[in-house]
Amino acid sequence: MLTPDVLLTLIVFLPAIGALAVAFMPSDSKDWIRVVTLGVTIAVMALVIGGLMVPENLSGGWNKGLVFDTAQADVQNVVNLPWIPSFEIDYFLALDGISFPLVVLTAFVCLLAMAASWTITKHVKAYCILFLLLETGMIGVFVSLDFFLFYVFWEVMLLPMYFLIGVWGGPRKEYAAIKFFLYTLLGSVLMLIAILMLYFYSDVSDPDLVAHLDKCSLRPEVRARAEKLAADRLPARDVVVAARAKLAAAREDAKAGTKSAAESAKEIEAAEKALQTAIADEAAVTVKGGGPLHTFNILALQQIGQNTLQFSQTIQWWCFVLLFIGFAIKVPTIPVHTWLPDAHVEAPTPISMILAGVLLKMGGYGIIRICYPICPHGGYDLMWWVCGIGVASMIYGAFAALAQKDFKRMVAYSSVSHMGYVVLGLGVWSARAETGFNSYFWDMGVKGAMFQMIAHGISSAGMFFLVGVVYDRVHHRNLDEFGGLFGKMPYYTALAMGIFFAALGLPGLCGFPGEFFVVMSVWKFSPLLAILSAAVVVLTAGYILWAVQRVYLGAEYKGPHEDHLTPSNFRENTIGTVFLFFAILFGVFPHLVLQYMDKTIDKQTKLLANWTAAVKEAQPTGRAVGNALRGVPPPVAAEPVGNALRGVPEPVAVEPPGAE
Amino acid sequence: MNLHDLVSQLIIDSTGSASLITPDSSLRAFLPELVICATVLAMLFVRLFRVGRYVDMFWIALAGSIAALYFAAPWDHLGAVLTADQAAHPAAVTRMEIFTGMLVYDTFSVYVRSALFLFAILFVIFTRLSGIPDHEDSPDIYTLVLGATLGMCLMVTANHLLMVFMAVEMASVPSYVLAGILKGRRQASEAALKYSVYGAGAAGVMLYGISLVAGILNTAHIPTIALTLAEKFSGGLSAVPSGELMVLALGALLISVGLAFKLSAVPFHFWCPDVFEGATAEVNAFLSVASKAAALALLVRVALGMGVIAPTGFAPGERWAKTHQNAPATTPTSTDKTTDLFYIAQEPVTAAGAAAAADSTAEPAKLPAMQSLAPVRSFTAKLIAFFAIITCTFGNLAAYGQTNIKRLLAYSTIAHAGYMMMPVAAVVAMAGIDNAGAARGIAGLAIYIAVYLFMNLGAFAVVAFLRNAMRSEEIADYAGLVRRCPLTVVCFSLILFGLIGLPPLSGFIGKFAIFASLVDGWRAVEAAGQPGFYLLLLLIVGGINTAISLFYYLRVVKVMTIDDEPADRPPLVYSDVSLAGAYLWLITLPTAGLIVAWDWLSEMADAAARNLIG
Repeated sequence: MLTPDVLLTLIVFLPAIGALAVAFMPSDSKDWIRVVTLGVTIAVMALVIGGLMVPENLSGGWNKGLVFDTAQADVQNVVNLPWIPSFEIDYFLALDGISFPLVVLTAFVCLLAMAASWTITKHVKAYCILFLLLETGMIGVFVSLDFFLFYVFWEVMLLPMYFLIGVWGGPRKEYAAIKFFLYTLLGSVLMLIAILMLYFYSDVSDPDLVAHLDKCSLRPEVRARAEKLAADRLPARDVVVAARAKLAAAREDAKAGTKSAAESAKEIEAAEKALQTAIADEAAVTVKGGGPLHTFNILALQQIGQNTLQFSQTIQWWCFVLLFIGFAIKVPTIPVHTWLPDAHVEAPTPISMILAGVLLKMGGYGIIRICYPICPHGGYDLMWWVCGIGVASMIYGAFAALAQKDFKRMVAYSSVSHMGYVVLGLGVWSARAETGFNSYFWDMGVKGAMFQMIAHGISSAGMFFLVGVVYDRVHHRNLDEFGGLFGKMPYYTALAMGIFFAALGLPGLCGFPGEFFVVMSVWKFSPLLAILSAAVVVLTAGYILWAVQRVYLGAEYKGPHEDHLTPSNFRENTIGTVFLFFAILFGVFPHLVLQYMDKTIDKQTKLLANWTAAVKEAQPTGRAVGNALRGVPPPVAAEPVGNALRGVPEPVAVEPPGAE
Repeated sequence: MNLHDLVSQLIIDSTGSASLITPDSSLRAFLPELVICATVLAMLFVRLFRVGRYVDMFWIALAGSIAALYFAAPWDHLGAVLTADQAAHPAAVTRMEIFTGMLVYDTFSVYVRSALFLFAILFVIFTRLSGIPDHEDSPDIYTLVLGATLGMCLMVTANHLLMVFMAVEMASVPSYVLAGILKGRRQASEAALKYSVYGAGAAGVMLYGISLVAGILNTAHIPTIALTLAEKFSGGLSAVPSGELMVLALGALLISVGLAFKLSAVPFHFWCPDVFEGATAEVNAFLSVASKAAALALLVRVALGMGVIAPTGFAPGERWAKTHQNAPATTPTSTDKTTDLFYIAQEPVTAAGAAAAADSTAEPAKLPAMQSLAPVRSFTAKLIAFFAIITCTFGNLAAYGQTNIKRLLAYSTIAHAGYMMMPVAAVVAMAGIDNAGAARGIAGLAIYIAVYLFMNLGAFAVVAFLRNAMRSEEIADYAGLVRRCPLTVVCFSLILFGLIGLPPLSGFIGKFAIFASLVDGWRAVEAAGQPGFYLLLLLIVGGINTAISLFYYLRVVKVMTIDDEPADRPPLVYSDVSLAGAYLWLITLPTAGLIVAWDWLSEMADAAARNLIG
């Protein structure tokens, strides 16, 4: 019987082990190397499906207790072992509704991309090694919940990707490879700065956090230490809270003008001093107890960001910006998208498939997993920027795609446009006072974004594959020199029509539900953005239909190498058919994907909606009006201090009307 | 005090007790250096005899380095935090000023010296494989290398400004000769000349700075300097005569020139690329790793020594005397007498104040003294930060245009010196505010030194082996090498990616550790209400530089892997499957695999940083 430790570790590292095995194979037996590599990707897929998706009664019980439970909102299959205790770095892997669909997508796209790699004939051994290392990096990013581990996996992908583009790419491969590398590295350096800031400001021994430690999946030893230290700090924290309340009251009085200016200034000064002393006292208790306990645990950082005052508004704002830039480069959104067309055009077909199918999703994953939950202040303050960037990417990408002459470049720009939906969907913070903190629409936007990521992983990887098939035959991608492929490659053209229509967002195909959800959710946020984003569908239809017309329809083929246009072979047909099958399946039954993410996303958006109500847009109650916005710590967050420790039940956040 | 007392106290100071050499004596602490001395002498002595001519000096040098590492015993001394009882054991390493306060022996010395000896071992094997010292030259080279290593050990342990100067010279003079070791090559001679002229100039300037500081403060003993400064600044900066302040600042600047020369920090780096191009790759490896590690340790010693009141330690023989109450002839030498001897011998003026502060009863006085040193620390931290920023940026930008691999690596070395100076700035800024954080910063530097040792040694080893194979050190001649010797190219690529600081390679661990210390420092300094923006600036500069450095490291990798082989390349006589190849993998392994488990390194580094700040 398997344990989560073994299963998740195998899923992540099996490709790396495979790479090691391939390294010891003789380099002239190319077919064997390809078969072994394909076997490894199939094995990963089998582990993911067999271990995590097949119900226990069908699998014979070998995956007992491992099957992904769609009814559970929290992380499951948790692996949490100490790795580098001196920096509190853990080997922390787990799955939830956000990461699990992306892990499946990664395994799926890698399998098909490897199957599409038979056309690679140069340095096959090195190619396969790098390909497998890339797969380890990608899966690792999605399953690791320790920030350090996440960062390591995030960067591990860079090296294989550089070589895969730089060695096996097209004519401008070196330029494209280094551009990709440089952009991503710059983004990840910014990310590293944010990670370190969050790490050093975090402290899991905060009394405010005790009630939320359940959600953090800390290691038991760490949790015990945190709880003990929090209990020690509690008396000192009570003093801090009282001092803080006094300061707020003094400021209120000063504003109300009940006392003379000099008197209230004196009062404020005294209160400020008292607060500083109280904070210093608490810090002394913390240090005495062996604290502060910094953490790289992403779930703990989320709770800290939402429930404590450790990350000030400024810190959250800066960290959000730094992290968002890092992720936006990967998505990519304008204005940092320029690496993408170059990388796509120069990369070999299978690598383009991975790039579009998986790598871009990491940006979206980072935004939904890290940016918003850890730095809600930043997310709230910058929601118009995020949504604006999303819409601008959609429009710009669509127009740019219309203008392209190169088939692959057009598909690349369509990715920019489609990933704009993801950013928009994640950013529609509609759970505000005017909607009564109703998280429903935002929830819909996030789900739409997640669905769009999966759908785009299928349709765009499929499109790159289809472009590759025709490029392998005629060795050019000039849109104006195609035409008439329908007659020469009928089955291939049928597949292409289906997948291109899926990308277009035709109802009944996988591109539709995601876009629909996103546009619907934006309506509550801003009708203007909703209209703009809905209008992009027209542009999308424009460039897709025009491309289909120029390439597949028409009377005759106008370019060189006409005699090479042989019908697609069995391998190509199989890959294309699989893509089309899933494009139709998810278009007709979006629930197949949504069921996995529902609970987790519901919970996350609801928590953030409660946070908005409690911290950001605190209702005028008594004297605490709008303190949060002026940087004065909100009374709501201060209230439940240590109640859990004293056995007082935590006040349940009021369910906003119409949340269900 | 008569002469007899003086001599008997000197004996106690050196041997720990009058009758035997105790484990906590100066000589025992100095044993690894003595072993190195003995090795050097043995090599010179053996050569005098006809039979000795046939002895391979490689084995002597190797045995000497291994013995030195064995006696430095990092595995014994860099463990968990010691309890008071354990620390009182004579063999335990805490802080101990040895040889009348000239040197200081603590876990930091153990760590850096061990790194130097480990490097010496790997280096000796490397020279054997690359074959640069032939049988005739090998005694010269090994003597010089071990002699310089001895000087570097003194740099690491220096506790007195005169020792600082002596140690720097002792490490530099053999290096000048090493740079020109290939007799008859114009370039090598030019390199040696440039190096020594620059070195002499920098040494002179540093000596001038030392004399200014010592003249104003009446002492050159670094912990006493800190005490005297604290006394001077106790009334605030304005209480100090402005002329005196200016001379002190000038003295500090001039001393920093000497240190910057050893660190090859901009703008005192001009020797570096020329020397690296002229000297052999083997010598470059030595200069870029050992010399740099020692210079950083010295920077830590001087910067922290002057800005921080030294933690109280033991005197030589003190613990032995306590644990062996009946041991003969130990009673008359109490600790403060040993200190007395030293201060009386050197600076009678401050003796009273220093002795009082060294006394444990003066412990409460330490805190205000630390406070009044704050301007010194702030000045030092900003000075180091300034050097770090320009060094790092300039090194990376200048490396961009290089066509010779050794010049490129020279600029890369300069840039890395900049990275490694960053945590020192953070540490100095944090000291007195968050001492635990400052210790973590030192630990970060220690981690960086350890990973950097393997990366740079590996890089120069590849350069040396390829030079032997194709008689060329031009990057252009490396084109398409992946087709000829794939394993070596993989090694070299891993090392270069490590130098960029990309995970999962070990360079990232170092970079992570030093960036962490910067963020920690920024947070701590800001929380204490002082301006810490320059630490954030350091972090941003470090981050941007990482991205800049990508270009030139990656260019080398690109040339080797993506470019086609040139038609006119010199014939390549090299096989991956050889002793040289195995050595390369041995060196690359820590770079590639350390990420799997580096907690032990982090713990050792923490242990190394333990005794530096109170």
